[in-house]
Amino acid sequence: MGGKVKRFMYVNRKAPYGTIYALEALEVVLIAAAFDQDVSLVFVDDGVYQLKKGQNTKGIDVKNFSPTYRALEGYDIEKLYVERESLEARGLTEEDLLVPVEVLSSEELRELMEQQDVVLSF
Amino acid sequence: MKFGILVNEGPYQHQAADTAYQFCKAALAKGHRIHRVFFYHDGVHNASKLTEPPQDDRHIVNRWIKLAEEHDIDLVVCVAAGLRRGLVEENLAPRFRISGLGQLIESGIQADRLVVFGD
Repeated sequence: MGGKVKRFMYVNRKAPYGTIYALEALEVVLIAAAFDQDVSLVFVDDGVYQLKKGQNTKGIDVKNFSPTYRALEGYDIEKLYVERESLEARGLTEEDLLVPVEVLSSEELRELMEQQDVVLSF
Repeated sequence: MKFGILVNEGPYQHQAADTAYQFCKAALAKGHRIHRVFFYHDGVHNASKLTEPPQDDRHIVNRWIKLAEEHDIDLVVCVAAGLRRGLVEENLAPRFRISGLGQLIESGIQADRLVVFGD
């Protein structure tokens, strides 16, 4: 791509099921991994549920795609950020999440977002 | 400035498709360029040639086509999102093309700003 590395941030704001945004956002991220850009993922609002351990979708007959988040490391996507306020509002802690993340306050996330070249919000 | 546009919502169902179009028109009128409009999620329905709104309503698909013709804009529909929703080559409106998500990432790299329209 000519050596130009940009900072891409993918902001995941929605619950994993009920709408297709989370799944199709993950598909974008997996493609993005092939472009050698600086990639980070943010989980805010109901988006934090995307990383919740123990997802079971049998009852709604929808594919459980949560194991894919564990595969991200293999794609060299290691920068995952979760908003502390969103976690707390939902009674969750870092231990409830299926991958290692960095928990940041909304203020810290704002600062991180400002440093990005491209912010894609799903 | 060179803009990349991402449309994540279907036409008629959601304001985002209209707002994206109005944004493009306004940006072009100000002398900016639109590098590419990428249609994802239900946004792929913006590209269906089967679209037939009532005559007294705006024709969202034809509007995109006209804009692309007048300003030579690349209109790209995501193949995976399209297939999932039955949007394939044979019901694709003119000026649109089907390609992969890589086109979205490339747009993010090439454009000065990538603007997302959706929920």
